[in-house]
Amino acid sequence: MNSNQKPKTIIDKIWDKHVVKAIDPETSVFYIDRHFIHEVTSPQAFSGLNNRGLKVARPHKTVATADHNIPTQNQHLTIHDELSRLQVNTLNKNCAENGIELYGLNHPYNGIVHVIGPELGITQPGMTIVCGDSHTSTHGAFGTIAFGIGTSEVEMVLASQCLILSKPKRMRINVDGKLGKGLKSKDIILYIISKISASGATGYFVEFAGSAIRDLSMEARMTICNMSIEMGARGGLIAPDQTTYDYIKGREMAPKGEEWDKDLAYWKTLPSDPDAVFDKELYFDASDIEPMITYGTNPGMGLGISEKIPTLDEIEPQSHASFKKSLEYMGHSPGDEMLGKKVDYVFVGSCTNGRIEDLRAFAGFIKGKKKAENITAWIVPGSKQVEAQAKKEGLDKILAEAGFELRQPGCSACLAMNEDKIPEGKYAVSTSNRNFEGRQGPGARTMLASPLTAAAVAITGRITDPREFLLETEKI
Amino acid sequence: MPIEKFVKLTSTCVPLPVENVDTDQITPARFLKATTRQGFGNKLFFDWRYAPGGKPREDFVLNNPEFSGSILVAGKNFGSGSSREHAAWALYDYGFKVVVSSFFADIFKSNALNNGLLPVQVSEDFIARIFEAIEKDSKTTLTVDLENQTISIDSLQISESFEISAYKKSCLLNGYDDIDYLVSKSAEIERWEEADTLNA
Ligand code: SF4
Repeated sequence: MNSNQKPKTIIDKIWDKHVVKAIDPETSVFYIDRHFIHEVTSPQAFSGLNNRGLKVARPHKTVATADHNIPTQNQHLTIHDELSRLQVNTLNKNCAENGIELYGLNHPYNGIVHVIGPELGITQPGMTIVCGDSHTSTHGAFGTIAFGIGTSEVEMVLASQCLILSKPKRMRINVDGKLGKGLKSKDIILYIISKISASGATGYFVEFAGSAIRDLSMEARMTICNMSIEMGARGGLIAPDQTTYDYIKGREMAPKGEEWDKDLAYWKTLPSDPDAVFDKELYFDASDIEPMITYGTNPGMGLGISEKIPTLDEIEPQSHASFKKSLEYMGHSPGDEMLGKKVDYVFVGSCTNGRIEDLRAFAGFIKGKKKAENITAWIVPGSKQVEAQAKKEGLDKILAEAGFELRQPGCSACLAMNEDKIPEGKYAVSTSNRNFEGRQGPGARTMLASPLTAAAVAITGRITDPREFLLETEKI
Repeated sequence: MPIEKFVKLTSTCVPLPVENVDTDQITPARFLKATTRQGFGNKLFFDWRYAPGGKPREDFVLNNPEFSGSILVAGKNFGSGSSREHAAWALYDYGFKVVVSSFFADIFKSNALNNGLLPVQVSEDFIARIFEAIEKDSKTTLTVDLENQTISIDSLQISESFEISAYKKSCLLNGYDDIDYLVSKSAEIERWEEADTLNA
């Protein structure tokens, strides 16, 4: 840092570098380095472009995948659902016509957009990344400004590689201390959201920092950044460090040779300057966290697994109506204990927890045990590469011995656009990111948790603290 | 697609005093399989509007003939969750021109503005006054004046100002959209790319 320059946060450093032109003091033309698209939020953008007689400005900066709509069984067959098939075919056609790289169904690189970007080395520190999908914040784990956009904005990026934006405020969330055994980064982020609410970071871009964050692997960091949108944040990021560089090095699209050295030198300038000032700072202690579970219909309605659902006196009066509506939907009562509640479905997957470390954690936990009879479980890898790796490591066999089946990759029950829908009124413990009404199917009742908690539930058929098993065996 | 101009609007309103209305409620995921922007109004709040089997739920406000108008008044943190622009399309296609709330999710706000749907953020206090006024008289009208950035409860003659970026305001007042602007700047964008040494 030059001594006469104001100290900057990592958010300012990346943001300011991508401003092409200021329109007025708050608004600027902002450059996008990488654009991901998928079948659901792109068709109207391409037709908009066509109607205007425009072409895709920088086809090589956009990468496409089919993920939201696709089946997770028999992917080699034609897609059964007519509308889903049309959407996937429309994506294929739009990519072919515009020269966009497509990792479509059955391509060895196919998978959930936020899983494949990092695993292919496309996501790199310092970049600006957008996608017509709110969980684009996942890529922030690499020290990028990454955020979800709407379809009109997808069209803008296709047309110009730019967006018109105003700069968000900056927040830093510091998590220090040691995370206990049987806990995952999913518990950290569910804990933070439960403390600050589903709108606690709206208007902000968030940097996650502190020793508990530094201790995490890249995959665990992605889980944290993935859910920053669930507290309303425009996006969330973690400064790159050796863990980041080690993860990227050698990946398919990572820089190589001299280019690597040059990029690495730049990446190392990105972390926030020591005296940089954030608009807001929050502090949490990882040792206060126990395995988390949600009880309501937004991700902020979460609690430690041994806690009870709040009673009405603990809720602000103006929120009573919404709170009651939510518990009624879930079939829970105020003051209920979560532990021991019966569960019908377990879903392990999504861009939050569908990576190889998640499958390893789940398989490691259930190894040698048996799936509870009342549980239907869907174990869905986040990508083709995750699926292949899981098979290489024999995780599919461990799963099969315990009564589980590894499906094919896709978004699956995370948003239930394909056949994987939780039936009305049924309870699902899910490693995905949203417990909204009907998110996993009309009338479905979702409780969000980590892959380890999901594993404990899958074995007992009830809400169970995964640490009960760990204390017995101390295996993990 | 250029957006419709918005200058000033006086209308009765539809009250939805629920907090954290997420975009999965506004347009459920199973309706996202369309490849065009049209026709989402029928899908608006589908699972709140219709019981399984398709019968309208009488207790939902859109099925209550007492309430109508092109202004939706909703509880705080409206439009959270998914980035699906289908939520903004559904509201607009249904006939809403303005959504009033004490707090909006960021992506929803930009999606709305990009479609000519004006999100008006007011204080908790003011929104409580609106809900009260509608409860007393379902034909209460609000006036939203974009030029002056004010929203008024007409019968009470009270108003509050709201914020909107100068750029977005001029787009709405004139019916311009961002793509026209961005495409007109393509030479500048190219020069910027050339100067950016790290641009891969
Ligand atoms: S897995 Fe879920 S959250 Fe992630 S991109 Fe797919 S639908 Fe969205």
